[in-house]
Amino acid sequence: MTIMNIKVTFWRVVFAVIMLLGIYSTYVRYLHGLGAVSNMTDQFPWGIWIGFDCLCGVMLAAGGFCVTGAVYIFHVERLHCIVRPAILTAFLGYVLFIVGLLFDLGRPWYIWHMMVYQNFHSVMLEVGFCVMTYTTVLFLEFLPNVLERFNLQAPIRWVKKIYPVLVCLGILLSTLHQSSLGSLFLIFPEKMHPFWYTPAQPFFFFISAIICGLAMTIFESTLSARVFGRSLERSVIAELSGVLYVALWVMALLRLQDYVHRNVFMSIFKPSYEAYFLWLELILAFVIPLTMLSFKKVRTNPHLSYLAALSAILGFVTNRLNVAMTSMETWVGHHYVPKWTEVSISVMICAIGFFVFTLCAKYLPIFEDEHHAVPQYAHVGEPAGVPVSAHQPTLVH
Amino acid sequence: MSKAILYDATLCIDCKQCESACAQQNGLPYDDKVAAESVQSEHKFTVVLNNNDKYMRRLCQHCEHPACASVCPVGALHKTADGPVVYDVWKCLGCRYCMVACAFSVPKYEWGKLNPRVRKCTMCPDRLAAGKQTACAEICPVGATKFGDRDALVAEAQDRLRQNPSNYVPQIYGLKEVGGTSVLLLSSVPFQQFGLPNAERIGDTPLPEYTGRVMELMPDFIPLWALVLGGVYWVSNRRKEVAEVEAEERAMRGAK
Repeated sequence: MTIMNIKVTFWRVVFAVIMLLGIYSTYVRYLHGLGAVSNMTDQFPWGIWIGFDCLCGVMLAAGGFCVTGAVYIFHVERLHCIVRPAILTAFLGYVLFIVGLLFDLGRPWYIWHMMVYQNFHSVMLEVGFCVMTYTTVLFLEFLPNVLERFNLQAPIRWVKKIYPVLVCLGILLSTLHQSSLGSLFLIFPEKMHPFWYTPAQPFFFFISAIICGLAMTIFESTLSARVFGRSLERSVIAELSGVLYVALWVMALLRLQDYVHRNVFMSIFKPSYEAYFLWLELILAFVIPLTMLSFKKVRTNPHLSYLAALSAILGFVTNRLNVAMTSMETWVGHHYVPKWTEVSISVMICAIGFFVFTLCAKYLPIFEDEHHAVPQYAHVGEPAGVPVSAHQPTLVH
Repeated sequence: MSKAILYDATLCIDCKQCESACAQQNGLPYDDKVAAESVQSEHKFTVVLNNNDKYMRRLCQHCEHPACASVCPVGALHKTADGPVVYDVWKCLGCRYCMVACAFSVPKYEWGKLNPRVRKCTMCPDRLAAGKQTACAEICPVGATKFGDRDALVAEAQDRLRQNPSNYVPQIYGLKEVGGTSVLLLSSVPFQQFGLPNAERIGDTPLPEYTGRVMELMPDFIPLWALVLGGVYWVSNRRKEVAEVEAEERAMRGAK
């Protein structure tokens, strides 16, 4: 079916519905305020926009610093083929984080105050500064894609010259703000359930960012291989899966040690509201992926490692939502369930991320094997502006 | 000298004149409907709670080391030398971290407004600057809310506990909690009955210290980590260069 020259596919209809709902919620947000669009209250001032869009968004964008670090600092040249998609994911992730923040802040038009009035005791300020700087770094790391597309050689050389510095800076900034997102949750020990309040939170947030960076890289390499019909670097996926397996074990042991050390280990097994959420988190983040990845057959099979990575991602997303929301429900005395308009904005932001990723993958030299051949840019001039849906082939599988 | 408020629930008669004086001072509407509300909100900065004819006044505790001020990225909240924790609406971004961080859940938000403010009791800083008492202390007809120097009020509270131990739970709420607050509370029934957090649970440690312990590592950590990264880059780059040169030499030798 085609309407006005646009082919109607399942995923395009889904995308259109998501956008319509999201635009409606955006309208409510900016015309009637936060109260009209969200279920946040004085008791629950932070909802899913902080819990999911910000905490999880930044965690899932960590692949950028992990992969660039491995390739440019440690010179693991084998991973070179995944550097560009990882940088693109990270860049989009951070831009969308800032977009999410513009929804969540009560007075987003004063966001520039961070650069004028500073309270250097504030973790939030540190996160803000790092995110601002790191988004700029990611932009510069991403820039060669655009420059190559338009064949601008001089600036490419200039960016290449400072690339190692950019990568070092990227890792430094990432270390700081990934861990600082955890430090945000240090100042109210009384409010949080002991399952999720730990002085080691900054450290855990940093490690889980690395794990999710790896998992996201496996996830997105496999997914884009399927979607764009590219050949997959099987050996690279196998290697990443191996690293992910080890990293998950390290994290699992650290979590266990933390629980034993703080004397909450036994209460994990007592059924309670919090325990159910903890079980969900632990099963998704550790039990499923660790069991799967322990088999060599899984690690060397991109389709199965994709599923293991997906489970780990969902697990760590659950962990952050638990830290930001579940952990405080008992203290507050009531449950927070996001309003549909709140969810629709988060979903819209994700959908825009997917959409822009496919656009970039289509029109920019993101995947290196498309590098050598002259890419097809047939759609650029078309007024419709919507490329052939990249999600389409996933239906076939 | 830091100022403080001492509220003694055993003297309170639940006349709610402090509520109306506070509303008037802050330009907020106050009528029977507002008077009946028993929660602090963006339009009611102080409230007298009634639990089986035992009373308790809730207001901002004005911590000696306020968590809200320490977490604010732009310093919109700060503790003045006089004691009040005040709010500068111009600086505020609306991140609401202050609301999450406050152990007493005091800051409230104007959820219905497009340019929302954080709202809370500010301990009448203008009146203090003019050498006056807070509006609530001035109006209190029975002296249940008393304004003065913190040290003097602490001594007075201790006196009252000593003289009438049977009248009170043996605790000055706010003396040491979260490192001490500028609002001191006395009561004949446990404070938890009025929604105040258990003193054992919130502890005596100033809340900003929990973050400070991590933040103070930064100045050492940043240069060290930068050095490590630079070092690793240098070593791995050097190895790559050497490998390239060696490969070249091998090729040349092969050519000979």
